[in-house]
Amino acid sequence: MAARANGGYRVVIGLEVHAQLLTESKMFCACSAKYADAPPNTVVCPICLGMPGVLPVINEQAVEMTILTGLALNCRIPAHAKFDRKNYAYPDLMKWYQISQYDLPFCVGGHLDVTVDGIDRRLGITRVHLEEDTARMIHGRDEAGEDYSLLDVNRSGAPLMEIVSEPDMKTAAEAREYLMSLRNILVYLDVSTANMQEGAFRCDANISVWPRDGEIGNSKVEVKNMNSFRSVYRALEFEEKRQIAVWESGNGPPEQETRGWHEASGTTVSQRTKEYAHDYRYFAEPDLPPLVLDEAWVGEIAARMPELPSALEHRLIEQVGIRPDDARQLINNRELLRYFEEAAASYGDPQRVANWITRDLVKALGDAGASPSESPVGPGDLIELLKLEDSNRVSGKMARDIFRTMFETGRSAAEIVAQQGEQITDQDEIRQAVVKAIQENPKAVADFQAGKKQAAGFLVGRVMRATRGRANPARVNELIAAELG
Amino acid sequence: MLDRIHSIDARVRAYITLTPDLAMRQAAEADERLRHPDAPRLCGVPLALKDVLSTRNVKTTCGSKILGNFVPPFDATVVSMLRDAGAVTVGKTNMDEFAMGSSTENSGFFPTFNPWDLDRVPGGSSGGSAAAVAADECIAALGSDTGGSVRQPAALCGVVGMRPTYGRVSRYGLVAFASSLDQIGPITKDVTDCAILMQAISGHDALDSTSLQADVPDYESSLHADVAGLKVGLPREYMAAGVDEGVRGVVLKAIDRLTEAGMEIVDISLPHTEYALATYYVIAPAEASANLARYNGVKYGYFDPDSDGVEELMMNSRGTGFGAEVKRRIMLGTFALSSGYYDAYYLRAQKVRTLIKRDFDQAFESVDLIVTPTSPTVAFPVGEKVDDPISMYLSDVMTLPGPIAGIPGISVPCGFSQGLPVGLQFMAPPLGETVLLRAAHAYEQLAGVESATARKAV
Repeated sequence: MAARANGGYRVVIGLEVHAQLLTESKMFCACSAKYADAPPNTVVCPICLGMPGVLPVINEQAVEMTILTGLALNCRIPAHAKFDRKNYAYPDLMKWYQISQYDLPFCVGGHLDVTVDGIDRRLGITRVHLEEDTARMIHGRDEAGEDYSLLDVNRSGAPLMEIVSEPDMKTAAEAREYLMSLRNILVYLDVSTANMQEGAFRCDANISVWPRDGEIGNSKVEVKNMNSFRSVYRALEFEEKRQIAVWESGNGPPEQETRGWHEASGTTVSQRTKEYAHDYRYFAEPDLPPLVLDEAWVGEIAARMPELPSALEHRLIEQVGIRPDDARQLINNRELLRYFEEAAASYGDPQRVANWITRDLVKALGDAGASPSESPVGPGDLIELLKLEDSNRVSGKMARDIFRTMFETGRSAAEIVAQQGEQITDQDEIRQAVVKAIQENPKAVADFQAGKKQAAGFLVGRVMRATRGRANPARVNELIAAELG
Repeated sequence: MLDRIHSIDARVRAYITLTPDLAMRQAAEADERLRHPDAPRLCGVPLALKDVLSTRNVKTTCGSKILGNFVPPFDATVVSMLRDAGAVTVGKTNMDEFAMGSSTENSGFFPTFNPWDLDRVPGGSSGGSAAAVAADECIAALGSDTGGSVRQPAALCGVVGMRPTYGRVSRYGLVAFASSLDQIGPITKDVTDCAILMQAISGHDALDSTSLQADVPDYESSLHADVAGLKVGLPREYMAAGVDEGVRGVVLKAIDRLTEAGMEIVDISLPHTEYALATYYVIAPAEASANLARYNGVKYGYFDPDSDGVEELMMNSRGTGFGAEVKRRIMLGTFALSSGYYDAYYLRAQKVRTLIKRDFDQAFESVDLIVTPTSPTVAFPVGEKVDDPISMYLSDVMTLPGPIAGIPGISVPCGFSQGLPVGLQFMAPPLGETVLLRAAHAYEQLAGVESATARKAV
């Protein structure tokens, strides 16, 4: 987009995503991989602590999840794979080498199809491989002003899947769409929570900008520290502008370096230039024999493939008849989709259910900071309310207020209606309220008769107030019009 | 046994750590088990463990200052197996730091001396284990063999040392030096003990992905099978220049004995032998450079107390904690794996490794066993080679090719030169432990007389 807007430049973006896997145990030891709520350094053993003499054992479930992901991303699963040691010295890396995959990853050569601004794009996936996570470092400063660093080893050895894209994206919007589609796939495969805020889904971006009339070179800037889809988008937009400015000032191409996204200032900051580039000294992990990926086994994994979000979205639009925007919103939140599916199953108008969910439920959940599964109004409760409205026992306006009350109090629609009273549809009862409103508001009546038609709205409001919102709005309108003749 | 250790270990210095309380406790339990007729063969037998083997609640130093105070929270798989079998572990034996060396002079603490001549080295890196067995400071011991570290000290101390097939014995809890080469092996007074110990420590371990699934044969009963008709290859490359004249004479005489037992000696060639040393000294340091990276003073072991900040702490801890030979090999290995040098060194070494393996594969198409000297020399004087790493490296030249190919080997005492023991090495195809033990046992039976011609110093 921006490249088009700027006319003279092409933007090249590739993404590396690290996703934590939802396995039972860690990548190479028997420790639980569900350490999120555990106190620091309690979900550890000699293996993930990197003690002398320990050996890794491959987590088969993690390999299966990686292959499943690769298959969902249209990758080829080569017959041979192996693990390698990636050497670098950092205190959060227990062995000072990370067991990763270098030249024989589990999955290669796939793609992910996305639609951005109505344009279909096929984005290449270079590879998907498996590695182990590092420990977590927490930096702080004590009361005396001394800096300190704490190490929580719980995360060390957690299974981490890396998905590397081809440098196929041309805009920040494409990058964001790629990430969201990828996130959805991982969630629907049940292989990762893919929650960015919690660090279960981390993205590093490579971006370079080149004059349209020249060659695309090799240098690129790696951007790190982005922990939301929005910050990826913002960082790439910023970086695109920054790099164009470098070219415009006659200093292109921009220097190859690693830059960190700084959320507060909305800028990227140089972290490491090329001279300090790592030499990871990869070599085959001698503690783990190379793997032969049996075709039958890969076939068994493929057979477990659930319906992917893109297919599901298509089905919602084409077969269920949901509007594309609503379908996308439901797909992007799997719990919301589940809520929808459960509600729609016992109701004839799925789009109406979708309206309620994407409008009222999402708003209420957002206000309460709750997830769909935590909603006090369950899918059945919502349908009960919709049916009350369908039978004219409550008005549309009442229904929305009742929903809010249901959400806030946890009471059922029937209970609330029993207490507040049903919608008043009785002609006489409404007429009485209308007559009363006319008598009490002669000025409004005069205004109306003088041609100010909006004065009727004021009278409707008085009637609704007098009936505590229960009068059928259509009837009220009819009767006011009739009385004022 | 503890009395014997107390009376002579001040001179031999085989042990880094003694565990008399643990030994007495295990002995009491063993006495209990021995009341039953089905008590295992090792029940109550006092053993020593090379200090490269992780022992729960017992200091495990790997011969290095950097692990000088390290007490592991877990047992190596072999240690658990020995304990389950009722063995009594008397202590942890000295070694070259991180098993890097051939004389035990590279220990971070003190050298060990050869029980046959206390002015000479016991070999290495399992010099403490070999010396402890030779000096009757235990009945048998475990060592580890990466390029000869069980067989060479066994030869120099006049005892039996066996390196099993790679993967036959679990490496879990063996502090790694070169992961693709390391194997744990027994050091014993005779071949029968070797078979008994092999029985106790062999087998698949789910904690070691490189351990083999193959069934474990009955090693002890296989000792007595007939050796007549076994074809034994004598590789001409191993008898070439560099082998000490005295050693050559003793070994050739021993080989004559094999024909008396009905074995057939065949001249063979292992043409890539000359590249084994170079190959080993690329692959082993490369793996070591990664394996030893974890010792940075942050989590356990030695740390430099005066450092300012974590980077300085890590650098100073390694700088002070590691000895010169370890640092030399870390640098060699780091270099060999570095971008721009990887293809010329590490990758090429891997290719040569394949060729060396192929040499053995081809040889074993026509012979059952290969026989060589274990070491080109007898035990050398303390201090003679410490400043000359290449000459030190050459003392493993006979034992290096086997590990590169992953095949098993055994060293048995075969006589004396200059009053010092000489070792005879047999090598066999992968999982050929039974034929190795059988041949070594047959030789031991025939050669018993010669072994009595020299005297130990302790």
